[in-house]
Amino acid sequence: MLKQAADYLTFDLMGLTPGTRLGEALNFFLYDTTKIFLLLTTIIFVVAIIRSSFPPERTKRILSHKREYIGNILAALLGIVTPFCSCSAVPLFIGFVESGVPLGVTFSFLVSSPMVNEVALIMLWGLFGWKIALIYIGTGLLVAIIAGIIIGKLKMEKHVQDYVWKMQVGNADIRVMTFREKIDYARDYTLDLLKKIWPYVVVGIGIGGFIHGYVPQDFLATWAGRDNPFAVPLAVALGVPLYSNAAGVIPIVQALTAKGMAMGTVLAFMMAVTALSLPEAIILSNVLKKPLLGTFFGIVALAIVCIGYLFNAIL
Amino acid sequence: MKIEVLGSGCAKCKTLYEAVKTAVSEKGVEAEVVKVEDMASIMKYGVMSTPALVIDGTVVFSGKSASAAEIQKYL
Repeated sequence: MLKQAADYLTFDLMGLTPGTRLGEALNFFLYDTTKIFLLLTTIIFVVAIIRSSFPPERTKRILSHKREYIGNILAALLGIVTPFCSCSAVPLFIGFVESGVPLGVTFSFLVSSPMVNEVALIMLWGLFGWKIALIYIGTGLLVAIIAGIIIGKLKMEKHVQDYVWKMQVGNADIRVMTFREKIDYARDYTLDLLKKIWPYVVVGIGIGGFIHGYVPQDFLATWAGRDNPFAVPLAVALGVPLYSNAAGVIPIVQALTAKGMAMGTVLAFMMAVTALSLPEAIILSNVLKKPLLGTFFGIVALAIVCIGYLFNAIL
Repeated sequence: MKIEVLGSGCAKCKTLYEAVKTAVSEKGVEAEVVKVEDMASIMKYGVMSTPALVIDGTVVFSGKSASAAEIQKYL
């Protein structure tokens, strides 16, 4: 239906001819923008309602004194539904380790929470279909679980900033929201997020549309295709400084994929954009000493690169 | 009444602090409004997501901002 509406607008109302560059670019832009915004609004709202039942204080209680493996899996799953913005990373980290959540389990949470991100998920679903979106969640969880287990095994507790262990943590009684409050919370959250990301989405889809209409076929297959072994690590390195623009990057990447960029490279890029970010590293340096911070970033980056190669090989 | 806004200094924390001040002056209640940025003091309340609103030592909510009208309900 959306496709027909976009076709009608571009080809009938504006009188552009199907198959021409301008026509195809504009058609792509209109169709994708409406589709993405519909998906974004619905799913962010639903995710926000689920999240309102999992405040971090509750997640902490579930995870405290959990053993390895089970703890890591649980932490990665809770990372999806626990609301947490990067400015809360420090109190969250302190609250977790102080209440006896093992360090490796805490890291599984810290990796999965930004990486399995609802905006990235919706964009992938809208632009690549639900299979790729599911692969993204599944591998994201896998990276979070593995990275957490490795960090747990490395016994790096001494590389947590010393003051963290000396903190006195109180036990807040967080009231459960009423249904009405949950709806209000979800509505505010959705509006807030949409307000913040819409320009990125529109610009991203605009550039995507341009690439779609103007960049020659197979242009990218030559240098970002599956035969280029450097494409994956390069995509990961490029993803690190792009954190806040996840919403705008995906439509561009979709157009690039259509021109021959390999799917594994795309997934690796997405994961790097959402899970490895400079602002997060700076915030985490308040609680982690350099060796632990470096290990954390190194392991996650390595895991993402491996997943990129894996999917380039099988998809 | 003592009202504390807990937050390490992100944009939402500032919004909440301003909203609390507006709510207090609009309702005309006698209240001391403090912004708490020190991590040790934040952790004492057991709050893990900021901003959070504390009235007379009780955590009212955490992890979100709120409008002045909404805050008035708690005063």
